[in-house]
Amino acid sequence: MPETLSPPRLLPSGDAAITVEFSRTIDDAANRRVLALDRIIAAEPIAGTTETVPTYRSLLVHYDPVEIGFDALGEQLLARAAKALPTAAGTRRWRIPVAYGGENGIDLEDVAKALNTTPDDIVARHVAGDYRVAMIGFTPGWSYLSGLEKSLHMPRRKDPRLLTPAGTISIGGIQTGVQCLAGPSGWHLLGRTAVRTYQLHRDPIFLLEPGDAITFTAVDAKTFAEQDRAAEAGELIAEQVAP
Amino acid sequence: MSKLVVTSIGPASSVQDAGRPGSQRYGLVPSGAMDRLALAAANTLVGNELFAAAVEIGPFGAAFTARGGAVRIALAGAARNADIGGRPVASHSSATLADGETLNLGFARGGSFSYLAIEHGIAGEPMFGSLSVNARAGLGSPYTRPLQSGDELTTQPASGTAERRIELPPATDAPIRVLFGPQDDEFAEDAKQLFLDSEWKISATSDRMGYRLEGPVIKHLDGHNIVSDGTVNGSIQVPGNGQPIVLMPDRGTSGGYPKIATVISADFGRFAQISAGRPFRFKAVTMAEAQAEAIRFRQLLNSLPDRLRAIEDFSLNIEALRDANVAGQAVSAVDAATWQVAVP
Repeated sequence: MPETLSPPRLLPSGDAAITVEFSRTIDDAANRRVLALDRIIAAEPIAGTTETVPTYRSLLVHYDPVEIGFDALGEQLLARAAKALPTAAGTRRWRIPVAYGGENGIDLEDVAKALNTTPDDIVARHVAGDYRVAMIGFTPGWSYLSGLEKSLHMPRRKDPRLLTPAGTISIGGIQTGVQCLAGPSGWHLLGRTAVRTYQLHRDPIFLLEPGDAITFTAVDAKTFAEQDRAAEAGELIAEQVAP
Repeated sequence: MSKLVVTSIGPASSVQDAGRPGSQRYGLVPSGAMDRLALAAANTLVGNELFAAAVEIGPFGAAFTARGGAVRIALAGAARNADIGGRPVASHSSATLADGETLNLGFARGGSFSYLAIEHGIAGEPMFGSLSVNARAGLGSPYTRPLQSGDELTTQPASGTAERRIELPPATDAPIRVLFGPQDDEFAEDAKQLFLDSEWKISATSDRMGYRLEGPVIKHLDGHNIVSDGTVNGSIQVPGNGQPIVLMPDRGTSGGYPKIATVISADFGRFAQISAGRPFRFKAVTMAEAQAEAIRFRQLLNSLPDRLRAIEDFSLNIEALRDANVAGQAVSAVDAATWQVAVP
């Protein structure tokens, strides 16, 4: 017997987009359903839809209201959601090198103190994780990962930083993430990677897809600096490994 | 080759077209013109495609000089005083700068953004199919940043086509129409009613990412953090301080504040044009109304080529007519600010 899936909620985001909501919380099962619906829409396109944006708990479907109305599109989305079985299969896995601590991860020591352990232990726990790209959003290439070990869950900073470096690897709440461009962040900075998840004039411009699996590997600051120069010249640095 | 050289320009002015949709799943926001109807009207006047790249000019004045040949331009959107070497240029009409002539533009009146379209378009390298500036993502052409004095926009010499004006439906001060959702259930009924019943103003700290609204505090039912989900142009999110922010074309592609409502697509450009400090209201509509308006808006865009008119001889002197005490008739027939025949 196939698992019976509860239908998602269809929420209007104006007259040209529908939020297909599977959950109101961060929930791995809901995220798998989001990505499954995203895949099935790619495989069986709906005339009038223009792009889809997967997030942790919902799929935003942009459409042209001149081509298709809210009700007709809603019906088609529900039909596909009922068919779209969540699966983790077929994902790519990337190994991403990270230089933890020091000037590359200025919050590592404070995080260790707050969790009553050592910086090395925090790094060991973060590197041991098996992560998945739950969504990419906010700014180009900012990849939000699910799979952060419970013992690393901690509230975001009370005073968000206005500028954090490109390539920052950080934790916030129950999430960890790969930030591509320099920008504001309220998360705790553990390290930096030379990997550019978004880089113009490189093929591919966007490295990661929602649903990709990620493992981190620790490198020293010198290696990071070398990798950063190679990445600037267009190398991927991230390695694709067996899923 | 002709060039239009930026001889002076204020902040919030950049090259914009229809933007680059299609990569929001990677966190890349589409950007694009704040007021698409005005962009399309300006382009139509000079024979360009509706959403060819044009200069989006913010509230302050600007000046442009033709170099290397004549340049044909058109202005639409917010009205402003405009002249080429002392010859007045009406809003919503085309004009030609001879080589070396300067187009002088005053402050925006009754709006925030004007669009300066250039016949044959602006030369550039499209990125993701668009020349629109997105400074954060390093995108845009010929510049990846807002325009500055000394910048050069390259185009083809003016064709010599007769100048045109364009007749648009009359401007309206009607409330900005919204659809509730996607997170209106994060707000009590009285908070939603307060949102609709209140007069709002756009804060001076607003920009192409978001318009901050000033008005009463809109309280959440249960905290102001939600799990981030996708955003659209016109998403009205309510952060912890209860002062809504309307997301604009340079928004983040996802956001973690509840979104009480969304500006309907047909009213988005009109909303974007509301100047800081000017009071306005919202009005809730049904999905059926919003989608009917979207269809009507598309028909309006498609009708733009049919709305072109020859420029009549407006050589009459309005001051002289006023002195001759026929001013009432003259002023009602011709808008002195725009030199356009008033449209009923």
